[in-house]
Amino acid sequence: MSADATLSEICAVACAEAWRGSGEVLASPIGTIPTIGARLAALTFEPDLVYGDGDAVALAAPLPIGAPADAPKVVESWLPFGKMFDIVWSGKRHVMMGATQIDRFGNQNIACIGPWDRPKAQLLGVRGAPGNTVNHPTSYWVPAHGPRVFVATVDCVSGVGYDRAAAAGPTASRYHHVHHVVSNKGVFDFETPDHSMRIRSLHPGVTVAEVQELTGFPLVVPAEVPTTRSPTAEELRLIREVLDPAGARTAEVPDP
Amino acid sequence: MPDKRMTEAEVVAELRDGMTIGIAGWGSRRKPMSIVREILRSDLRDLTVVAYGGPEIGLLCASGQLRKSVYGFVSLDSIPLEPHFRNARQQGTIEATELDEGMLQWGLRAAAMRVDFLPCRAGLGSAVADNNPEFATVRSPYGDDEYLAMPALRLDVALLHANRADARGNAQYLGPDWYFDDLFAMAADRTFVSCERIVEPGDFLAEGPESTIRINRMYTEGVVEAPWGAHFTHCIPDYPRDEQVQREYADSAKSPEAWAAFRAKYIDIPEADYRRMIGAGR
Repeated sequence: MSADATLSEICAVACAEAWRGSGEVLASPIGTIPTIGARLAALTFEPDLVYGDGDAVALAAPLPIGAPADAPKVVESWLPFGKMFDIVWSGKRHVMMGATQIDRFGNQNIACIGPWDRPKAQLLGVRGAPGNTVNHPTSYWVPAHGPRVFVATVDCVSGVGYDRAAAAGPTASRYHHVHHVVSNKGVFDFETPDHSMRIRSLHPGVTVAEVQELTGFPLVVPAEVPTTRSPTAEELRLIREVLDPAGARTAEVPDP
Repeated sequence: MPDKRMTEAEVVAELRDGMTIGIAGWGSRRKPMSIVREILRSDLRDLTVVAYGGPEIGLLCASGQLRKSVYGFVSLDSIPLEPHFRNARQQGTIEATELDEGMLQWGLRAAAMRVDFLPCRAGLGSAVADNNPEFATVRSPYGDDEYLAMPALRLDVALLHANRADARGNAQYLGPDWYFDDLFAMAADRTFVSCERIVEPGDFLAEGPESTIRINRMYTEGVVEAPWGAHFTHCIPDYPRDEQVQREYADSAKSPEAWAAFRAKYIDIPEADYRRMIGAGR
């Protein structure tokens, strides 16, 4: 363990942990810290993980965050979008997406705020979230934990949560698995009888009261709340020297 | 030997009010922008556009020519949210069919296969099912599964931009991803392809291997030689996205005056002047 890890580095390791046990599947991280996390997992405890350049190829050696488009790449296979959809539907993938809103059963929204017919704020659209969530494991990354993100009800269900997948029937729920939600405050999962969100661990110094205050629904609190593990010395070296030497991670989670 | 060479204006002369037009490419990547600009110069209206949406959707929102958009997302990539599209959605001036990205290619594939629908799991349980109540489900004849029946997305016209083409209408893609251009071409009654450069059929293999000659002339009706025709979106490896012009475009959503100024500078001018202004060949 290393005592001097920053919050963004603890978050990167927490994101990496989402892929522990995934095996030989495609890790698709959206965002800087999830990208560091996926590559970190592949370089350490999850060596069979497949990861890409964020564009059209899979890599056999990681690129640093922010590498220029023409940086030399060790390409191991080709992943254009057509192939990506094939992989999604085949199930050999674990995505970590962002969430403008997420609710206690893991329904996620990236499409719009307000009524869909005439939204107050049009965002990206549902993108691949509906297909991702019913086809393979999905995790989420929220860099700023707050009650406007962790909400009682999302405005537009992009990623499908446990209650909606169950209601839609066995075809929707067979491969549905919302795995972890990682935020700047802690790690959350759905390993409860009714699949409502539970605290899995809190980052060092974060209290249950604080995170509950920042969450718009009651969290399930285990009898003992673990502290999110700190990076090992080797993980810190990989984050700082190999994966993100320019420190782009602090743009998502600022150092205190 | 067919010679399918046309100009942008001749392509647009084939379009009609109310048509459903598929625009290939992806986000702000390899969009047939010189044809889109020609549509913007025309009085076409009430168009439905099916796309992995980028600035072509926003431009047609801003010009008031779009009635409806069918999309998995609308994004400028380096600017994640498309500001003109946001204005139109938030002001309620366009209709929208929002799909999961995979469902969109599935609908195009159904159209290309001339079947009414294809079954999929994607969409079940999500807002896509709620917001499109006309989407039915279909019971498996072999088991207990009940899939979403993605309806075919048949297109009146598809517009594509390729790196190279020949005068006969074969088209070549030299970048790392041809997106779904081939499905757009096959899902449409009529397909027009613009390209950076028209080459002799025998010259394709000097540009890239056989697998890059993605579109067969059976699926194309016209070919436009349009150097910088995807600008300001990227057309890798010929040129990257022009982030500066894209930023100007995004900023033009801030007011009607800003849009009018962008329009006067970049759209209401001949394409040859556009090419000169952006410093084609730099």
